[in-house]
Amino acid sequence: MATGATQNPTQQTKLRWGELDEDDTGDLDFLLPPKQVIGPDENGIKKVIEYKFNDEGNKVKITTTTRVRKLANARLSKRAVERRSWPKFGDAVREDVGSRLTMVSTEEILLERPRAPGSKVEETKVSGDSLAQLGKGGAVLMVCRTCGKKGDHWTSRCPYKDLAPQAEGFLDKPAVSETATAATGSGKSTYVPPGMRAGAERSGTDMRRRNDENSVRVTNLSEDTREPDLLELFRPFGAVSRVYVAVDQKTGMSRGFGFVNFVNKEDAQRAINKLNGYGYDNLILRVEWATPRTN
Amino acid sequence: MRPILMKGHERPLTFLKYNRDGDLLFSCAKDHTPTVWFADNGERLGTYRGHNGAVWTCDVSRDSSRLITGSADQTVKLWNVQTGAQLYTFNFGSPARSVDFAVGDKLAVITTDPFMELTPAIHVKRIARDPNEQTEESVLVIKGPQGRINRAVWGPLNKTIISAGEDAVTRIWDSETGKMLRESDKESGHKKTITSLAKSADGSHFLTGSLDKSAKLWDTRTLTLIKTYVTERPVNAVAMSPLLDHVVLGGGQDASAVTTTDHRAGKFEAKFYDKILQEEIGGVKGHFGPINALAFNPDGKSFSSGGEDGYVRLHHFDPDYFNIKI
Repeated sequence: MATGATQNPTQQTKLRWGELDEDDTGDLDFLLPPKQVIGPDENGIKKVIEYKFNDEGNKVKITTTTRVRKLANARLSKRAVERRSWPKFGDAVREDVGSRLTMVSTEEILLERPRAPGSKVEETKVSGDSLAQLGKGGAVLMVCRTCGKKGDHWTSRCPYKDLAPQAEGFLDKPAVSETATAATGSGKSTYVPPGMRAGAERSGTDMRRRNDENSVRVTNLSEDTREPDLLELFRPFGAVSRVYVAVDQKTGMSRGFGFVNFVNKEDAQRAINKLNGYGYDNLILRVEWATPRTN
Repeated sequence: MRPILMKGHERPLTFLKYNRDGDLLFSCAKDHTPTVWFADNGERLGTYRGHNGAVWTCDVSRDSSRLITGSADQTVKLWNVQTGAQLYTFNFGSPARSVDFAVGDKLAVITTDPFMELTPAIHVKRIARDPNEQTEESVLVIKGPQGRINRAVWGPLNKTIISAGEDAVTRIWDSETGKMLRESDKESGHKKTITSLAKSADGSHFLTGSLDKSAKLWDTRTLTLIKTYVTERPVNAVAMSPLLDHVVLGGGQDASAVTTTDHRAGKFEAKFYDKILQEEIGGVKGHFGPINALAFNPDGKSFSSGGEDGYVRLHHFDPDYFNIKI
C-alpha cells in the first residue's frame, strides 16, 4: 500500500523503517548484500549467509550452518545419476534453506541386540517360549543402588540398607561389610538411623569402632541358616556383639552369607582359623575377615 | 547408524516404496500428497498433488517413469514420476487399498474396499505405454473375499495374484481366469487381519504381517507355511532384506495397552528377525508412533520406516550389520 518512499521522486529515498510495509521489501532488495555460500570445508561444514528484511523492516542476517556428512557410498546407475539432476516439482519447488524437512538424527541409533543370548532357549521353539523370553528381556532390570545387585530388588527394598555402596568388585555378593559405613561416612548414600548402623551394640560395649573392625564374613551358608544358627556356631569363640544373615526378601531363604561381629579381635581371629572350611549343614563354610585390611 | 529424518508429511505414513534402482523413495501418507525423496540423503525431490483423500498405496514402474497411487478418494492415479503430472485417473466406487505393477508394467492389480453396498474386489487393469491410449476398462475383476483386502500382489511371471486381508486368509488366484487356486490353512494361518505383505526379491516366498502379533512366511507356489515370527505388538508392516536373510517387522500398539505402557518417546521399534531361525536379532528404535510402513532398498544396504508420527526414517546400515551372527 504505502509505497510513498519510493514513488515520490522529489523526496530522497530516505528509508524510514517504521513506515515500511511488507510489500516494500521487494523493492528494497537491492539494499541487501547478496547471499553468500561458504562451501563445505574439510570438516564438511557449510555456511549459507542470507540477508532479509524481517517483519519490522529490520535488516537481518541469517547464517545457516550445516554439516555435510557422508553417510554412505552410493553407487548410482546412469539413470539414477540423471534423476539426480531432475528439477524439483510439486511442493518442493520452493526450496527453503530453513525448511529442515530432511535432518540427520542427532542420536546414534543402534540395532539393539536382544537380551544376552545365553538366557535364550537354544532350539527354535515357536510362540510360547520365545514369547516369554522376549517378555522377560523387555522387562526393566531392577538395580539396587546400595548393593549393586541386579534384578532382585529396588534400592528402597535393599536388605543391606545400611551398607555402603559396593567397594570391591564381587560378582554375586556385596563385598561391603556393615562396618564400612560407620568408618567411611562419606561413602554413604542413604540415611541410616543410629540404631541400625553397624556396631549398634547389644552387649553394651563402648568400643563400637573396635567392634566394627572385628567383623567376620561367613559365606557359603546353607539356605535355611539364620542368625541364631550363626550365633550358636560362633559363640564358643568369644563374645559376639552382632550377627547378621542376608535373607532374600521374596523367598525367605538365606542368600548364603552373613556377618558376625565379635567383641574381641582375637576371638574373631580364632573363629576364622577354626571355622574356615568347616562343614556346616552340608556346605563347607568360608570364614574370613569382612574387610581386607584388618589391622 | 544415524538415521535421516524426513518430515514431509503432516499425517501418518501409510506406505513406502523404493524404485528398482534404489535411488528414489516414494512415500504415501494420509495427507493426500505422495512424495518422492532421494534415497541416499533423504532430500525431497517432489510431491504429487491431485488426490483428495488419504493415499494408501503406491507402486513405481521398473524404469521409474510411472507412479501409480491408490487413494481413499476412490481413485487410482497414474503419474509421471519426473514432472509430477497426472497422466490418468481410474475411478472406482470405493477407496482403493492396494496397487501393484505387474512384471513388465503392462498390467496393474488394484484392490478396492467394501463400501456401502459394494463388496471388496480385485481389479486388473491394462496400463498403456502412452497415457493417451489409456482406458478405464478392467481386464479382470475378482470378487470373493469378505472384508477388506489389504494387499494384492502379482505372483511369479504374472500368472497368479496373491491377496491377503481382513479375513486373515491368504489366497492365490489365477490371473487369467480369476479362479481361486489356493487358500491358506485356517489352523496354521493368521488369526486376525493381515495388514501387510512383502515378496522376496526373487518372488519365491512372501511374508505376511498381521494384527495377531505375528508374521508368517509362505511359499508362493504352494502356499505352505514356512516360518512364523512372533512379536509382542500387532504387526503393521513387514519387509524382507534382499541381501541377507533378515525379516523386519514394524508394529503398533494394542489399543488396550496404550494407557498401561511406558511412554518414553521414540520407543516404537522395527524388529529384525533372522529369517531362517525365527529369532529376534534386534530392534531399531526411534519412532514416536506405531510404524506403518517399512521398505528395504533393493541393494539391501539401507531401509526406511514410516510411522504414525508422520516421519520417514531412512537408515543406512553400519558395516557391522552385515556381520551379525546369532
